[in-house]
Amino acid sequence: MTAVPPALDLAGLDDLFTADELAIRDSVRELCRRRIDPYVADWFERGEVDDIRGLARELGSLGLLGMHLQGYGCAGTSCVDYGLACLELEASDSGVRSLVSVQGSLAMYAIWRFGSEEHKQHWLPQMAAGEAIGCFGLTEPDHGSDPGSMRTRARRDGADWVLTGRKMWITNGSIADVAVVWAQTDEGIRGFVVPTSTDGFSAPLIKHKLSLRASVTSELVLDEVRLPADAMLPEVRGLKGPLSCLSEARYGIVWGSLGAARSSLASALTYSIEREQFGKPIAGFQLTQQKLAEMYLEYSKGLLLAVHLGRRKDAGTVTPEQISLGKLNNIRAALEICRTARTILGANGISLEFPVIRHMNNLESVLTYEGTVEMHTLVIGQALTGLPAFR
Amino acid sequence: MNIVVCVKYVPDAQADRGFDESDLTTNRESVDGLLSELDEYAVEEALKIAEAGEGEVTVVTIGPDKAADAVKKALQMGADKGVHISDEAIRGSDAFATSLLLAKAIEKIGAPDLVITGMASTDGTMGVVPAMLAERLGLPQVTFASELTVDGDGVTIRRDGDTASETIIAKLPALVSVTDQINEPRYPSFKGIMAAKKKPVETWSLADLGVDAGAVGAAGAYTKVLSVTKRPPREQGQIVTDEGDGGSKLADFLASRKFI
Ligand SMILES: Cc1cc2nc3c(=O)[nH]c(=O)nc-3n(C[C@H](O)[C@H](O)[C@H](O)COP(=O)(O)OP(=O)(O)OC[C@H]3O[C@@H](n4cnc5c(N)ncnc54)[C@H](O)[C@@H]3O)c2cc1C
Repeated sequence: MTAVPPALDLAGLDDLFTADELAIRDSVRELCRRRIDPYVADWFERGEVDDIRGLARELGSLGLLGMHLQGYGCAGTSCVDYGLACLELEASDSGVRSLVSVQGSLAMYAIWRFGSEEHKQHWLPQMAAGEAIGCFGLTEPDHGSDPGSMRTRARRDGADWVLTGRKMWITNGSIADVAVVWAQTDEGIRGFVVPTSTDGFSAPLIKHKLSLRASVTSELVLDEVRLPADAMLPEVRGLKGPLSCLSEARYGIVWGSLGAARSSLASALTYSIEREQFGKPIAGFQLTQQKLAEMYLEYSKGLLLAVHLGRRKDAGTVTPEQISLGKLNNIRAALEICRTARTILGANGISLEFPVIRHMNNLESVLTYEGTVEMHTLVIGQALTGLPAFR
Repeated sequence: MNIVVCVKYVPDAQADRGFDESDLTTNRESVDGLLSELDEYAVEEALKIAEAGEGEVTVVTIGPDKAADAVKKALQMGADKGVHISDEAIRGSDAFATSLLLAKAIEKIGAPDLVITGMASTDGTMGVVPAMLAERLGLPQVTFASELTVDGDGVTIRRDGDTASETIIAKLPALVSVTDQINEPRYPSFKGIMAAKKKPVETWSLADLGVDAGAVGAAGAYTKVLSVTKRPPREQGQIVTDEGDGGSKLADFLASRKFI
């Protein structure tokens, strides 16, 4: 099962992985080959994933959902395993990887890390199995990069909590069974576990997207949503709650973005060898070879950085600034690779018959979510200079 | 129900496969190998039967050190334990010796209710080992199953031929070889991959099986590869222009190649 042309491991980077890590990668690749690749261009074109709940259950039965969490029905793999899985999923489509990231690294992670024992027992096993889908509501219509100024509020009413506000651009929102919602309270920002069947909760779909079309993106409307006292995540207070979840998901993007890049690079490589102009394959022109060589270099460097951060994360030594380095570098490199690949395909580069423009458009979302390029630049700037330049 | 599945470690068909120049055996060292795809169907079928009731699935392979990977893949898919038969003297064995070793190993594992194999290996593609093995074990040989049901003390299979499908029944214990039509093999789940690390695998030598070195390997082989020739380069395709007679031209072409 070598779905990837051997030439794409020119640098021999597979040496960096153990046999079991490669086995995990093979299984994800096989799931994508059977269950996603044949359909995803059509899902993207229609802006709708067929039987998304069935897909979630299959992702769950492989062990992909919350895979690097321990206990509660989660697979308990390493972070490098998780990274490899993100890379393979995103080589199929960033939308499917987003479904998995939000479920595992945002919604499940928040409950696993900050929830009560009852939250964990109730939600995690069904979320790991893909029976229940989760979403993560932080961004608001008027507050994106600066979530600390959020306006969604949770107020006490007797023992109950009552939530009011709006969240925007929420992945999985309209299909979710449970939403982890962050809100202002008298004691700072707190997280809430909100069953989406609760009165006053609705999640209309966001339409007119030209990116991540094979992913559900929604608005969350919280209109006097009354929750029992124990709906609050007890173990964290303040912005560090959502930020530590984002750090988890960003780590997945460090790897995932390279998947979109690899798929585009593979497409461009095959195409350039088959396509003839001026009497020879366009791959035989120096200008094309320069593009291919640059793409490959950036891809390899990105993968080295991903492996390094993965090993640090498994050792428990990775810092948020290091993950910012990875996200910033790899998403930019991946987007550039997709754009260059698109030029190699000429007019076919804009067709959904090839994966390239789909990846390219998807990465525009990935560039923005989980911290924009500017935000990660400021994080690194602050780490280097000690001077915060956010405001 | 105790099931033994015989699996083979073969060179990856996607890679550049070749023969060892010294003795014209399949080159297994320089090429990446894997569990023969046709054997995945056998593993899957065994797992389905075991999961439907009580049962244990043991996989057996013969091959060099790297062949342990084939056993490992089957364990990751869900088999319970593995046996790896490995001995320098086995190199160059033919189907006759292979079936002898498998028979000895299966006897040592303990009389299973069912032995399942693939229909052929993807490298040698001879497809004779299942029949030889059944003969050696004294079991009914129920080959080329594209459907298999186990009920009570018997098995029923469907064997699809060119013109008709046969239904064949046999009493257990039996040996069944399965085709690539029988199921869709699973890929290992993450839990399967992690659980496989703790599953028992035994490595047996010729001495463990009580087999004489002279009975196997090139020395004991009944067949010998005399020469190998590289496959000729692919010829240019032939374009048939339909001038009203496209159908008959196509039929003539197929007939000339003995396809019809
Ligand atoms: C498809 C998709 C799915 C998403 N899924 C989720 C989800 O599941 N959950 C969730 O909570 N959110 C989600 N988001 C939201 C995402 O995290 C935000 O879009 C992101 O944080 C940016 O916020 P914003 O869009 O409000 O942009 P803004 O914050 O308004 O930024 C606009 C521009 O201004 C720049 N900017 C802002 N502040 C500064 C500054 N101080 N210095 C320099 N430049 C600055 C930004 O970098 C950006 O270029 C999703 C977004 C998309 C597109």
